[in-house]
Amino acid sequence: MSTEVAIVGIGIHPFGRTDGVSGRAQGAHAARGALRDAGIGWEDVQAAFGGSDAAGNADALVADLGLTGIEFVNVLNGCATGGSALAMADRAIRSGAYDVSMAIGFDKHPPGAFNASPAQYGLGDWYGDVGMMVTTQFFGMKIQRYLHDHDMGPSVLSLVAAKAFRNGALNPNAWRRTPMSPEAIAGSPMLSDPLTKYMFCSPAEGGVALVLARGDIAHRYTDRPVFLRSVAMRTRHYGTFEVFSPSLAPERVDGPTVVAAAAAFEAAGIGPSEVDVAQVQDTESGAEVMHMAETGLCKHGEQEDLIGSGATEIGGSLPINTDGGCLANGEPIGASGLRQVYENVLQLRGDAGDHQVPGDPRVGFTHVYGAPGISACTVLSR
Amino acid sequence: MTAVEPDLFAGFPDAPRLVGSRCSDCGAATFPAQGSCPRCTSTSVGRHALAPTGTLWSWTVQGFPPKEPYLGAVAGGPFTPFGVGYVDLGGEVLVESRLIGAPGSLRIGQPMRLVLEPLPGDGGLVGFAFAADDTAGGTADDTVEGEQ
Repeated sequence: MSTEVAIVGIGIHPFGRTDGVSGRAQGAHAARGALRDAGIGWEDVQAAFGGSDAAGNADALVADLGLTGIEFVNVLNGCATGGSALAMADRAIRSGAYDVSMAIGFDKHPPGAFNASPAQYGLGDWYGDVGMMVTTQFFGMKIQRYLHDHDMGPSVLSLVAAKAFRNGALNPNAWRRTPMSPEAIAGSPMLSDPLTKYMFCSPAEGGVALVLARGDIAHRYTDRPVFLRSVAMRTRHYGTFEVFSPSLAPERVDGPTVVAAAAAFEAAGIGPSEVDVAQVQDTESGAEVMHMAETGLCKHGEQEDLIGSGATEIGGSLPINTDGGCLANGEPIGASGLRQVYENVLQLRGDAGDHQVPGDPRVGFTHVYGAPGISACTVLSR
Repeated sequence: MTAVEPDLFAGFPDAPRLVGSRCSDCGAATFPAQGSCPRCTSTSVGRHALAPTGTLWSWTVQGFPPKEPYLGAVAGGPFTPFGVGYVDLGGEVLVESRLIGAPGSLRIGQPMRLVLEPLPGDGGLVGFAFAADDTAGGTADDTVEGEQ
C-alpha cells in the first residue's frame, strides 16, 4: 500500500495589511500556529518547503524558528508558489524520505498592481516600455473572450465579487470584511474592461503554514487528520492563453488548470462531482468563473446559472471560495495557495465557524493558477 | 524616428511589418522572433514577416496608468486609457498589441491593420499598434476565422 499523507497542523497569520510586522514575522507566526496545532516543536519537522515573492527568502525563517539543520527549499512559482511548496512537502513524505514536513508561505507586497519585470519573464524591455507588462490586461482580455465564446454577460462578474466580500465578512482572518452590492461593484472604476476595481484582488500580506505527516502516524499529532489525497502541479502547453504573452498560437488547447485538475482527481480516485467544498484561484472575478469549468466542477457556460442561483454560496450545492478567496483576502503570493488548503482543512474538520459549509463536508478541492501559466491542485478528504 | 525595439520590425518606418519567427519543421510562428520552436522544439527557425492586417481576437482597455517601466508612467501626471488586444494575423499567429481608437468602438472580430504609434515620454520612441481597418471588405461579426 502506498504511503498516505495527512495534514496534521495548520497555522495562519491574518491576511490584509499589518503595519510594523514583516512578512517573515507573519510566516513565523503561521509556522508556530501550525506546530502548536500539531502538538510538536520545530525540531520535529524534518523538511520544509516555502515561498515568499517579496518578503525575502523563505528559508530565512530558520533564524526565527531555530537552526535545526533541516532540508529547507525555497519555492518561487508566482501565484502557484504555495501549491508548489505543498506539492514538494507532500512528495517528501510520499517518497518515504521523511515522516514530517512543512509547507509554508508568507508575503508582504506594496499597495497597487504588481510591478513585474519583463526580463524576469524572458521578455524584451520594449514589452514594459509600451505598457503591456500589466497582469490586469491579461485578465481583462481572457474573460472578455471567454464571455464572448460562452455567450455570457458581464453581470456574473459582479455576483462573484459580491459573494467573496459576503464570505470574507464571515471570516475573521480575511482582509475585506465589508459586504458590497453587485451594483456598487459594477459601478466602481473600470480598470481593465470588463473588470472593475472591486472585481480584482489586491496584493496584500499574510502567512500560512501546514504540517504534513505520514498517514499511518497522523494519529500521534491529531485526532482529526485531513488526508491529502493528491497534489498535482503542471505548466502550460503550446496553444494555451497565459499572462505576459506577446503572441499566442492560432490553435487553443487546454490550459494548465485543466491538466492539473484532471491529474489531481485521477490520482485521488475522487471525481469532481464528489467535491463538497472548493477553493479556486480568483485573482479576479472572471478567473473564478473560468476556473469553475476548467477544474471540472461544472461545464463551460453553466456558471451563470450556478452563480445566479446561489449554488456557489456557502450553503449551496457547490460552495466555492468559502473564506472569501483572493478577492476578500488579498494576494500575498507566497501564502495564497496554502490559505486555500488551510480553509479546506477547517471545513473538513468542521471548524470554520461562521463560514462553515453545512452538511458535514468530507471532500475538499483547491486550485491555484499563476504566471506564466502554471497551476497546482489538491484533493483533500477526511 | 526611433523604434522602441528595432528587432521587432522590417521596413521601418516607411513600410513597416512586424517580424517574428517561423519554424521550418512545423510552420509555427511566434512574435517576437525566437531561436527555437515552442511547438515542436526544433531549432530550425528563421525570421519571418507577419501579415500587416488581421482581426481582433480579444481586447481590453488599460484604465489606470501602468507603473514603470511604462514610458508614460508619470506619477500624478495626465493619463489617457489605451486599448490592448490580440490580433489574429491570418490564422498564423495572434499578436498582442496596443490598439488605436475609441475604447467603446472595439469589437471582437473587427478587421485591424498595423500602424506605427509614437509612445509617451521624452525619448521620441515609436512602437506598433493596430487600428480599425476601415478599408477591409466585409463587416465584423462574432465568428473569427480559425476559431471554434
